[in-house]
Amino acid sequence: MTRPDEHRVDPDVDLRVPADRRELAAHPAAVLGTIAAGGALGALARAGVQTAFPHPPAGFGWATFGVNVTGCLLIGALMAVLTARPAGPLVRPFLGVGVLGGFTTFSTYVVDVRQAVAAGAPGTALAYLAATVLLALPAVVAGDAVAGRLLARAGREATR
Amino acid sequence: MTVLLIVLGAAVGAPLRYLTDRAVQARHDSPFPWGTLTVNMAGSLLLGALVAVPASPALTALVGTGFCGALTTWSTLGYETVRLHREGARRYAVANAAVSVVAGLTAASLGYALAHAVTG
Repeated sequence: MTRPDEHRVDPDVDLRVPADRRELAAHPAAVLGTIAAGGALGALARAGVQTAFPHPPAGFGWATFGVNVTGCLLIGALMAVLTARPAGPLVRPFLGVGVLGGFTTFSTYVVDVRQAVAAGAPGTALAYLAATVLLALPAVVAGDAVAGRLLARAGREATR
Repeated sequence: MTVLLIVLGAAVGAPLRYLTDRAVQARHDSPFPWGTLTVNMAGSLLLGALVAVPASPALTALVGTGFCGALTTWSTLGYETVRLHREGARRYAVANAAVSVVAGLTAASLGYALAHAVTG
């Protein structure tokens, strides 16, 4: 039933990981406050990108697309680092649940797809829908791979 | 002012995602990430409804950009899908991506239609 951290599926909270199961009861205010602070920072960064690169209803939502793909790259890297080198109990809640969870968004993604269809641009809607899935998932893998390589190199240099 | 409203909405949305995920995951034993799907569908429904009504920029910042944006997530969805695939649960991985996108679009459209019907 219990699984070690390297078999984690959910980066927000995986109840099969013993530390995740215990964290809320151990420090409820610290965990929720940290997630709230991280989420606010992530959301502000996303809003900044969306304001800098607006798009018409029938256009491709480049800002949200970039935010979601970047967030997936970073969650892959973050979780690889945290699995290899366990950090303090609030690092995953702050960076993973808060900052990256608040930075990326699923609601704007699907609402923008719906709006593009409604605005008479089904081709753009489909391209945006597919491009996000086809780039976000490999981005997680790439983030994990790059972080893994950097960790391995750092490990070799430390033992030299 | 807009910045403050986004901060406020996100400061509620992000912890609510964590708490909802915990509550949903505690109620089943399958590897399927129902918790993340729940928050993503709820946020898509709400944002779909919000864009259908003549919302003020303040309400859009608070509820749309802040709350719905932080409640829903692509990073968690992406990570879970890749992890399920790596753990050998390939069908769950494909189902997670497909169900999220199809049900998310349905939720957004449903929210829009409901809000549109109510407000005329």
